[in-house]
Amino acid sequence: MIALELLWLVPALPLAGAVVNGGLSLFGRRAGRGVVSAVGIGVLALAFALALAIVLELAHAHPGETIVVRYWSWIPVGTLQVDFALQLDSLAALMMLIVTGVSTLIHVYSAGYMHDDPGYARYFAELNLFVFFMLTLVLGASFPVMFVGWEGVGLCSYLLIGFWYNEKINADAGLKAFIVNRIGDFGFLVAMFLIFQHTGSLSFGDVFARASTAFTPGDRAITAITLFLFLGCTGKSAQIPLYVWLPDAMQGPTPVSALIHAATMVTAGVYLVARCSVLYALSPVGSLVVAGVGVATALFAATIGLKQWDIKKVLAYSTISQLGYMFLGVGSGAYVAGMFHLTTHAFFKALLFLGSGSVIHAMHGAYHATHSHEDAQDMRNMGGLAKYLPWTCGLMWIATLAIAGVPPFSGFFSKDAILAAAFARGASEPVWYLFWGIGLAAALCTAFYMTRLMLYTFHGPNRTGEPERANLREAPWIMTGPLVILGILSAAGGVLVLRLSTWLEPVTRAARALAPEHELSRHTEWTLAGIAVLVALAGMVGAWRLLDPARLVPARQSPPERGLGRLLWKKYYVDEIYQAVIVRPIVWFSREVLWHVVDEDVIDGIGVNGVARLSRAAGWIGSRLQNGELGFYVMLFVVGVVLVLGATVR
Amino acid sequence: MLLGPSLLVSAVLFTLGVAGVLIRRNAIVIFMCVELMLNAVNLTFVALAQTLGVGGQIFVLIVMAVAAAEAAVGLAIVLAIFRHRETVNLQNINLLKG
Amino acid sequence: MPPTLVVFWVFAAAAIGSALLCITRRNTVASALWLVVTLFDMAALFVMLDAQFIAVLQVLVYAGAIMVLFLFVIMLLNLGPGTASDVKGPAGLAVATLLAAAFGIQLLALLRSGPPAAAAGDMARTVQSEGMVGAVARPLFTVYLVPFEITSVLLLAAIVGAVVLAKRQL
Repeated sequence: MIALELLWLVPALPLAGAVVNGGLSLFGRRAGRGVVSAVGIGVLALAFALALAIVLELAHAHPGETIVVRYWSWIPVGTLQVDFALQLDSLAALMMLIVTGVSTLIHVYSAGYMHDDPGYARYFAELNLFVFFMLTLVLGASFPVMFVGWEGVGLCSYLLIGFWYNEKINADAGLKAFIVNRIGDFGFLVAMFLIFQHTGSLSFGDVFARASTAFTPGDRAITAITLFLFLGCTGKSAQIPLYVWLPDAMQGPTPVSALIHAATMVTAGVYLVARCSVLYALSPVGSLVVAGVGVATALFAATIGLKQWDIKKVLAYSTISQLGYMFLGVGSGAYVAGMFHLTTHAFFKALLFLGSGSVIHAMHGAYHATHSHEDAQDMRNMGGLAKYLPWTCGLMWIATLAIAGVPPFSGFFSKDAILAAAFARGASEPVWYLFWGIGLAAALCTAFYMTRLMLYTFHGPNRTGEPERANLREAPWIMTGPLVILGILSAAGGVLVLRLSTWLEPVTRAARALAPEHELSRHTEWTLAGIAVLVALAGMVGAWRLLDPARLVPARQSPPERGLGRLLWKKYYVDEIYQAVIVRPIVWFSREVLWHVVDEDVIDGIGVNGVARLSRAAGWIGSRLQNGELGFYVMLFVVGVVLVLGATVR
Repeated sequence: MLLGPSLLVSAVLFTLGVAGVLIRRNAIVIFMCVELMLNAVNLTFVALAQTLGVGGQIFVLIVMAVAAAEAAVGLAIVLAIFRHRETVNLQNINLLKG
Repeated sequence: MPPTLVVFWVFAAAAIGSALLCITRRNTVASALWLVVTLFDMAALFVMLDAQFIAVLQVLVYAGAIMVLFLFVIMLLNLGPGTASDVKGPAGLAVATLLAAAFGIQLLALLRSGPPAAAAGDMARTVQSEGMVGAVARPLFTVYLVPFEITSVLLLAAIVGAVVLAKRQL
């Protein structure tokens, strides 16, 4: 009973940490790293412990229930009543644990990674603020409260991507993320308006209870709502067409990439679809679009990852691709599978990012010692690092096996569940077979590019250079420790599959009643699993055989790509296309029309200056009327009389 | 019987007075045109007094008295201005300009 | 047409004609004299409208005193024959004519509504019974006594004002 009362404390703790660390970053020059770390990590660890206690209490005392705690009335306007309220059910509990747990690990890692950075306090303040907003997002009891968190994580993402804002490329990346996200947010807002229009409320409980009566399944209203919500998801969770900010977001510190752009913020879109499962169950078109775009993104991003040389870019495209899998899962009605993949992905993707962070940390250290300016993130400068970073190498191999979908690692269970759900729906609509095929192709590419990453980074001959090699060493334990924990979770997380569907059953019950799941026979399931494993192994073996790290040359001397490789390396020129087709016309329009014409000519010219000129003209007329000649005045007098008579004589 | 024509004549005389005021620049002549207008109004009052009662004629009496007073004071002003400006042409009397 | 009307129109035409001449003559004295003619014609009209007393007063006061005052002032100022700029230029003339015409048309439109219908000859009977002077004098000193007294005060103010304004040194 006691723990549930303290639900508000879970988001409040990181908020307090953000305020304290923010104050320290602005005013506390002499506060040491110790204080900042203690506050920053401490509040998160406390929040995680509290979250654990709350979830245990929920499981024992209120199994299957949804607890809504209302704190204060926020927007009481007419028929709209929005309260600041937090909601705890099994779905929110799962997300809360993931967010607080993985965040704590990454905060610990950051204390080591960002140790020498002058903006240490600011970093922890912004990271804590992010966790606060993320928790508001997952614990919100209504669309507006969730939207507060939605916007807040976007803000923190902007702040953290551009953390080293003194370099223009970092600031630009932050700006790009924020602006692209705003386009998605527009979709979220329109969906909120439509939901209110049709159901008269914005809190989750009311909306989902009234949904089946307020909407007829498959009609235009519910389809519009689901599609607009998904637009928001494509922005926040980096799907086609709004994924372009995520690769650029790699400009931020690597722990930020791990936390925000792998484990938590980008999963907000999947959480949204899972939360609105009732709405998506009522709109077959909406679900189809979600799944279709998701799986297309999965393959699209995976192909780009095949030819990227920056280690973080490979992982970025991998994240986009895996998010596509999650959307395939929730789009096909397999909400449990989608959330399962979200959980396992948080583990192994965070592990991969943090591991790459250790690699980059080592490379930076080596280049720093020799005063070299080579790119520490380019895989062509790496190679054979297994000798120098054995722990990192081993743990990242665990994550690679997980993401490729090799049993018994966690990724296999989740990915297999999604593909099986897609295949099952093919029985009623054949297009889902196509989705299953595309998903399988993406799995092949995933296995391939991840093995390629490991091969080029850790195996084969070392290309870093003789003088640097002496300085390559493993990361300190404060960084490798969290990696170990994540490694264990990635390896053993598959065991969750046994409990997750019962745990999430109360949440998915309503949606499943509206659009029942399709069942597969045992035999089909085992066959599909087998095919998935074969594909994964084929990818890994193929990469091992076809790629020869010995033929690689350090980045500076590498020849440019040609042909198909160039197309993939240049990410299908999507950024360039957006720049030419969307950005340039908008900038031109803003400058030429909105600025020069509307602002300068119309508003300034007619509005401001025009009013002044009007006054001057009126004054000029007035002064001409006062010429002191009596005869003129008399004439005006008679004019007045004529006018008055004219008005009356009718 | 004479009421209609009288009113007509009065209207015409009044209009002529207005035209005179607008056309002429000499202050004294303008004054005379104002007197013409007052007379036209007198004619209207007298014509209506025929049927509506003697009050009209009383009013004419008083109008004449007021016209006399006004003429006296007004011409005194014109004299005073003439002493300063050596002119009664209204175009040159424009100290109120601005 | 009854003879009364003929006589009326003769004098009316004369009045209008001399008014026209008054406003168009360049010579100031000529204008004043033509105004005197107009006043005489109007006195004749007054007689025909049963306002004999008023007619006599018109000749005595208006034409005899006020216009003489005007002529005195004109002579005093020693204004020569009307200078070229005494009448406004063609632009001014056009505007003035237009305005006056508009005004006149509106007045005539007002006349359309017609005068109030009442028994004619009311005044005539009063004149018959009380005499020409008595018809005006009796109401003046009984009903309209207050305006009468106030008018005399007004005349006093005018006299004082005229003297003060025309003094060379106060």
